[in-house]
Amino acid sequence: MKKCEHCSKPAVLHITELQDGSVEAHHLCESCAKEYLTQSSEPESVEVESSLSIDESDDSETAEAAPQEQPPCPNCGITFKEFRSLGRLGCAHDYSHFREELTRLIENIHSEVQHVGKVPKRQPDASRQQFDLIRLKLQLKEAIDEENYEKAAGLRDQIRQVELELRSSSPAT
Amino acid sequence: MNLDVLTQRSGEWLRGTGPEADIVISSRIRLARNLAEFPFVNRASDAVRAQIEDFLRERIEKLQGRRPLTYLRTSDLEPLDRQFLVERQLISREHAEDHGQCGVGVSSEENVSLMVNEEDHLRMQVLRSGMDLDAAWAEINEIDDLMEQEVAYAFDSQFGYLTACPTNVGTGIRVSVMLHLPALVATKEIQKVFQALQKIGLAVRGLYGEGSQAMGDFYQISNQVTLGKSEIDIMKSIKDVVAQILGYERRVRTALVKENRQALHDQVSRAFGILQNAQTISSEETMHLLSSVRMGVNLGLIDDVEIPTVNELFIQTQPAHLQKLRHQKLESAERNIARAAYIRQRLAENNPHTSA
Repeated sequence: MKKCEHCSKPAVLHITELQDGSVEAHHLCESCAKEYLTQSSEPESVEVESSLSIDESDDSETAEAAPQEQPPCPNCGITFKEFRSLGRLGCAHDYSHFREELTRLIENIHSEVQHVGKVPKRQPDASRQQFDLIRLKLQLKEAIDEENYEKAAGLRDQIRQVELELRSSSPAT
Repeated sequence: MNLDVLTQRSGEWLRGTGPEADIVISSRIRLARNLAEFPFVNRASDAVRAQIEDFLRERIEKLQGRRPLTYLRTSDLEPLDRQFLVERQLISREHAEDHGQCGVGVSSEENVSLMVNEEDHLRMQVLRSGMDLDAAWAEINEIDDLMEQEVAYAFDSQFGYLTACPTNVGTGIRVSVMLHLPALVATKEIQKVFQALQKIGLAVRGLYGEGSQAMGDFYQISNQVTLGKSEIDIMKSIKDVVAQILGYERRVRTALVKENRQALHDQVSRAFGILQNAQTISSEETMHLLSSVRMGVNLGLIDDVEIPTVNELFIQTQPAHLQKLRHQKLESAERNIARAAYIRQRLAENNPHTSA
């Protein structure tokens, strides 16, 4: 593994800097990289290859305003703010729940907001039942964590019921 | 699958054949898919991850594709074995570092790998030697269809296949072509290539993907946009760009030979000489010298070694491979000695003209 160019720790971030048409590569450990990135005067010109390409400075107004208003996803419990800091969504339902915010973000990333290309041959939209399953499984975990076994048993029966319905509604293969 | 068996050979994608194999090492297509009924991996508890892994493992093992797949539960493997699979490009670095139950289904030729519980529930990839995206797409598309008969993918009519990170949403496809570009690197023309690619929204990565540095003059060119363009269009944009880069690299190689054949011949022969004789050598120097030798062979300046051997050495001299070959853990200094010995042996057995 390459060593950090500022200290002897292993380099974990490899930064390619594009400025006035010249390319500069930096190999830094986490702490030096943090310092490097905060010092950098032009955040737009810095591309950290390993991180998500969401530019926080880009639309700070909407990013600040949206998460307070938007309740967390009822299925996986993630908030939009949490997603922004993690860079990863919690479940498929987030795409419906945060559709408006995500549409803006996705347009920034891909310059398009409508999928073209391959479509699954069956169940083109994830069904309501599958989202129910995510929610029920989350509630089950919470119930077990709270040692509320009566509630957990009820939830487990509900999960079985939904799973059964799902199986019977799928085409036989 | 016994991993020790793998050390003796290399994946089919390294065999150095296929269209444009002098410059194009491999073509790779990866699809990201998630199951509709489970939360994404990063939001799943250990118990749910285990459920996802069990569910997908069962289906991968039964998959009736063109090639039988062997399933390995990577979370049960030693770190060295996981690193070994990373070096062979069968799993990603992220997958190797993942916590929680995860696994991978691989074909014996090592050109298909289905990763379970990486960033997404399922990441399927097909590798081909040389420039052969159409064949890679045909096979991955077929595997995707077969999987889809068994599972319900998370899909949305607006956003397409839903992924944990919105950067992969839509087609969930990553098309990558690995190129060996020593002449463009030597003349620093490679910077112009980077800037041109950046402008049209294509990514350049090193040998081991995201965040890895370009070692041995290897570069992976891949798409970044996954939504709003069909799989076929995305492949076409990569094909067009690769064709241009190939032409560029070839023109610069020809110019180098024409302008200063002797100096180039000297450089590649010295690189070969060091590899044949070194007693201790770092991974970095090895990659650098092998890259020179590879170009020398392709230009007809060296004829004592064949391309598949050079390709194999790039992988087999990596740290985990050396330790697997030696059946022991080796510190960096010990690895450098083992590496030099292994290279000397491979080059000697490959070359009947050399007296031992």
